Amino acid sequence: MDSANSADGYDDSGRYLPATVEQSAKILVVGPFGVGKTTLIGSVSEIAPLRTEETMTSASVGVDDLAGLDDKTSTTVAMDFGRITVSSRLVLYLFGTPGQRRFWDLWEGLAEGAVGALVMVDTRRLERSFEVFDQLETHTAALPFAVAVNRFPGSRPYGPDHLREALDLPPGTPVSDCDARNRPSSVTALITLVQHALTAQKVPS
Amino acid sequence: MSSGDYRDRPVRRYVLTGGRAAPTRNAIRPETLVTAVPSGRSLPVSASREERALLGICRRLLSLAEAAVHLDLPVSVVVVVASDLVDSGYLSVRSPAPPAVSRAVLEELLNGLRKLC
Repeated sequence: MDSANSADGYDDSGRYLPATVEQSAKILVVGPFGVGKTTLIGSVSEIAPLRTEETMTSASVGVDDLAGLDDKTSTTVAMDFGRITVSSRLVLYLFGTPGQRRFWDLWEGLAEGAVGALVMVDTRRLERSFEVFDQLETHTAALPFAVAVNRFPGSRPYGPDHLREALDLPPGTPVSDCDARNRPSSVTALITLVQHALTAQKVPS
Repeated sequence: MSSGDYRDRPVRRYVLTGGRAAPTRNAIRPETLVTAVPSGRSLPVSASREERALLGICRRLLSLAEAAVHLDLPVSVVVVVASDLVDSGYLSVRSPAPPAVSRAVLEELLNGLRKLC
């Protein structure tokens, strides 16, 4: 990490939050490996993305995943995250997490209390996102989510309706294009998700 | 589990957390904001290295996820250690995590993000 020089006497300007901040909110940035989660977080975060790691043991990995991996009893799962101080009293954290729900449990309370999930999709490898949507719909049904299609060179220009159908998304799920390297584009994707979360709250109970 | 298991970490996680895998307060999450209580009361001599390190880095406002990265500890460990320090009155949680995000927070978020465009 480049934010600290040493344990003592480091330059910690920018590391800490303003003392006026009273509350934090979080958005999960979800998607398969290599889809651009860290790129998106890095383009909007006020700090360089930070990486945390957790060790997953065979007990939590699941038997299937370890078939054929004789000596592998534990594996390291990484999560990158960033931060945006959106007002003098509110800070937003963006946690980039692997798609599988079982990974989320490694970070205590990661999905609880989240504003929603921004699901990043690469249309060249659409099938790698199926599990992500399945998890979101079956295990975290209360979590609003929006889809951001990260456009890679050579990716086929699917229209939103085509994608909605291919991914079998719930009606009303926002689908938009996003260039994760571009700050305004990434911010727009986050805005779309927050608007969707607000709309979801408006539904009369 | 074989004895070769011991190679991945010099100290097993349950040693750092006193044998517990979950925090005593479930409202403590990676994004929870904490600061050391400015009481001047020092930790008991029995306090662990992790407790001292966490309290040291939290002399100003920070999330637990950030504190974990700066201390080079897994978030799962820091959440448990923080929970103990909150219970013993050394660490203070900025505001308790609400069960659901309020409309007011969503609107504040929207306004803040729009300014970034």
